[in-house]
Amino acid sequence: MIIARILGTVVSTQKDERLHGKKLLIVRPINVDGTDTTGYVVAVDTVGAGFHERVLVVAGSSARLAQGLKDVPVDAAIVGVIDTVDIAAPE
Amino acid sequence: MQLARVIGTVVATIKNEALEGRKLLVVQTLDKDLQSIGKPMVAIDSVGAGVGELVFWCRGKEASFPFKREDIPTDCTIIGIVDSDAHVTR
Repeated sequence: MIIARILGTVVSTQKDERLHGKKLLIVRPINVDGTDTTGYVVAVDTVGAGFHERVLVVAGSSARLAQGLKDVPVDAAIVGVIDTVDIAAPE
Repeated sequence: MQLARVIGTVVATIKNEALEGRKLLVVQTLDKDLQSIGKPMVAIDSVGAGVGELVFWCRGKEASFPFKREDIPTDCTIIGIVDSDAHVTR
């Protein structure tokens, strides 16, 4: 899983019927220290995440294992809203 | 599967129901000389690993297999703890 920040939303009317009612968000992968990387992913939200929140994104076929996404054609899903990330000091 | 060092923890209160009760750890992948390669990832723990430990993890759909029959949405799972750094011979 990767850590990402929500950048925006996607509105799509004409889509696979299994995607009806699913919220699509644009997320950018970020580093563990919170700094941005480049690129973006469109991910389906399963937790009710909001703009600019740090979230956990699961990619690939595992995304379909999230509750509510069984047999839905997705390869990226937001499965958690991050409260804190603690990195231990290097020894 | 690749070797990695557990370098931190992630706390997420709001999460997909299927992830409830699962431990989230930050892992830094290592090469055969135990030097860091690539960026850290967030992994789910299936073996009881802790910060600082040398582990190996599995990627992709197979990452959810340790939790069968439950369907856990994870693409990165810690599936073993290496006894010590000295146990990695090259």
